[in-house]
Amino acid sequence: MSAPADVPFPDAQVHLGVFFQGVNHWTIWSEPESGSQIDFASFRRMVTTAERGLFDAFFLGEGLRLRESRGRIHDLDIAGRPDAITQLAALAALTSRIGLVATQNTTYNEPADLARRLSGLDLLSGGRAGWNVVTTDNAWTGENFRRGGYLDHADRYVRAEQFLHVARGLWDGWDDGAAASSADAPSWSRPDSITPVLARTSQFAVDAVPLLPRSPQGHPVIFQAGDSSEGRDFAARNADVIFSAHGSDFDDALAFATDVRARLRAAGRPDGDVRILPGTTIVIGDTGSDAEEKARWLAHRQVTPATALAIASQVWGFDLSGRDPDGPLPAEDPVVAESTGEMGSRRWTDKHAIVARWRDVAAAQKLSLRETVIELEPRRGHVGTAAGLAEKFARWVRHGAVDGFNVSPYFTPDGLDDIVDELVPQLQERGVYRHAYEGATLREHLGLRAPLTRRDRRPA
Amino acid sequence: MPSRPLHLAVDLDGDGAHPASWRRARHAPDALLTAARVGRVVRVAENAGFTLATFEDSPAPPGRGPDPAGRIGAVERAAFAAPLTSVIALAPVVSTTYSEPFHVASQLASLDFAAAGRAGWVVSATDDAAVAVALGRPFVAGGEDLRREARDAVAVNRALWDSWEDDAVVRDVATGRYLDVDKLHHLDFVGETYSVKGPAIVPRPPQGQLVVVAPEGLVPPDLVDVTLVADPTVDGVATAARRVATPRVFAEVEVVLDTADGDAVDRLAGLDAATPWPRTERLRHVGSATALVGLLTDLARVVDGVRLLPLVLDEELPVLSAHVLPALFHAGVATRPVAGSALRTTLGLPRPANRFATQEVPA
Repeated sequence: MSAPADVPFPDAQVHLGVFFQGVNHWTIWSEPESGSQIDFASFRRMVTTAERGLFDAFFLGEGLRLRESRGRIHDLDIAGRPDAITQLAALAALTSRIGLVATQNTTYNEPADLARRLSGLDLLSGGRAGWNVVTTDNAWTGENFRRGGYLDHADRYVRAEQFLHVARGLWDGWDDGAAASSADAPSWSRPDSITPVLARTSQFAVDAVPLLPRSPQGHPVIFQAGDSSEGRDFAARNADVIFSAHGSDFDDALAFATDVRARLRAAGRPDGDVRILPGTTIVIGDTGSDAEEKARWLAHRQVTPATALAIASQVWGFDLSGRDPDGPLPAEDPVVAESTGEMGSRRWTDKHAIVARWRDVAAAQKLSLRETVIELEPRRGHVGTAAGLAEKFARWVRHGAVDGFNVSPYFTPDGLDDIVDELVPQLQERGVYRHAYEGATLREHLGLRAPLTRRDRRPA
Repeated sequence: MPSRPLHLAVDLDGDGAHPASWRRARHAPDALLTAARVGRVVRVAENAGFTLATFEDSPAPPGRGPDPAGRIGAVERAAFAAPLTSVIALAPVVSTTYSEPFHVASQLASLDFAAAGRAGWVVSATDDAAVAVALGRPFVAGGEDLRREARDAVAVNRALWDSWEDDAVVRDVATGRYLDVDKLHHLDFVGETYSVKGPAIVPRPPQGQLVVVAPEGLVPPDLVDVTLVADPTVDGVATAARRVATPRVFAEVEVVLDTADGDAVDRLAGLDAATPWPRTERLRHVGSATALVGLLTDLARVVDGVRLLPLVLDEELPVLSAHVLPALFHAGVATRPVAGSALRTTLGLPRPANRFATQEVPA
């Protein structure tokens, strides 16, 4: 099938990544098919399935402290995961094409160390590494690190941008062909072919010699997920891929993409210089009603009675663990307190407004507390038949709303099987999905240009 | 005949232990920093029958002047090697001086999962002001301060590896609890220069604790599983082995062999003419494979293992593989590790109890 003529991006393709989840209540751990979150075999299984499905990327998150709630470790969700770069270096040995993306924090790393670890992954994988750049500003996470919580909220993107600048300098520090092409050469590397990076900025005073050459893709591909205005501008200036939260509703996704494209132009970059891959879940059924039924079944396993009370406790700001999840919403007003990051990045901005909305929904649909939480889950994802979802995704990419999705399977490690076996062929049939990997690097899979700092020297 | 077989470790960094080893490598410099090279060398070592591969590393460039300027991080190399191997254990060198102990503990625990319990850690220190400047950290000068950082880093790593009890993941459907919070522990480590709260973000590694390998004198012995001793004579090694109070002691041996490409003395002299290989306190064997078998047989009476540092990997490894290790196996001086064994099991070390685990009350 070919694209209709009247769409803005008739040749657009769906790019898929898979996010092997580490911490959240969307991964179902309670069923017989729920596998280990830490055994290497689970990761091997998932990445192998994704590569069989011709995915662009395999993606690992990061959290530098176990989540806590009121001083107690949060015990209801999956937790415990490997260091991303270490795990991806191991997976690089088992795969040959799929991109390997590590989430790494700019606050609790130093550029010379992290740039080298990412380069190592990029070289060992033959140019398949990606870096999802994240920032942290809370002192609570800092309690695990030498410097503690030292960064003001306002400085987290300042540091991230300076960090990237130093990292890119290190990645560009070796001239092409710096290492000799013969063991008979007078020296291992050409004299003066390696340039140290000297940085004197508000966050960094470093003088570092880069230890590694560029990989076949130049630099690791930069992913970024910030959704604030500041975060979007950071992405427009720096990112290759935006891992957005705008992937459930077409109008919302298109509005986000339009906003990003405007910011890209303002940053002096051409349209199409970034890929937008929202995180999502995909629920496939043989019929529409099968899929809906499966989604309801999943929601009740994701939002257990204990999880419903835990989420309500976050919204109300005090402990509701003794309440009846099948009873009404708490009658009390919420207690508003400053978030210190203990429960991750999910922020409840205006608690009075949220509680008012919960009460409206519960009253209108006569829902219990747990049913209300399920009804208002922010990430329902995409539910339908493989053919219906393929038709929808083709329309979304051809209208420029997204470039694809970073899919979070709800089962480890087999949660990608139906997507690869049922959805991918439907996408291929519609001409929006590759039949084989054409490139060798992550940058090539995503159809991205050369790294930002390399365009004058090595045009795409 | 020794009562226990000698454990055989080999360092697989770069092109060999000699700074100019790249000049005799079977490949050009631009083929060193590749997956193919890392994978091939570790498989050669595994096939030869070594128990343990170590991966030398430093945050500073590996060589000076005309010698190699590039090195992939040891943790990444070891992790890449993990799924390519099933018998040989893998121990990256990780410096303690400027690294974040929390990150290092996560990386090493993850390596142990990827390698199914075949991971170790060779602890090192970095006495180099240029590294402090590269990382933007205050310079740690002097032996005492380097030892303090090494001690604290190993202590924090070990506490983090214990911060999840083995059965912390309970998956209790009835109560909705994935974790048993009573089996997760804050460390509340407070050292002289930093503190770490914990618990780890990675569950307890398969071995409970990775095998910690350290040069003599860097880390307090109660934090070490295997001490690397460096002494230029077998008698000196024997004295050191009696002095060291860790469960296992390995001798470091620099290895230069007669090969089809030339005899040991000439090969060493040729490379030394390009870049001198500084003498350290380590034993150095320069000569035939047969003489090396004799030396290792002597060492088997005084230490638990050896770590070999070959002059040129592409030249020494084939001789070790074809002549030295088979002779040691044949004589019963050493044995091949058993597939699927944890490194601790191979070394005869118990799986450690968890410091945080509450005592079981007998019924």
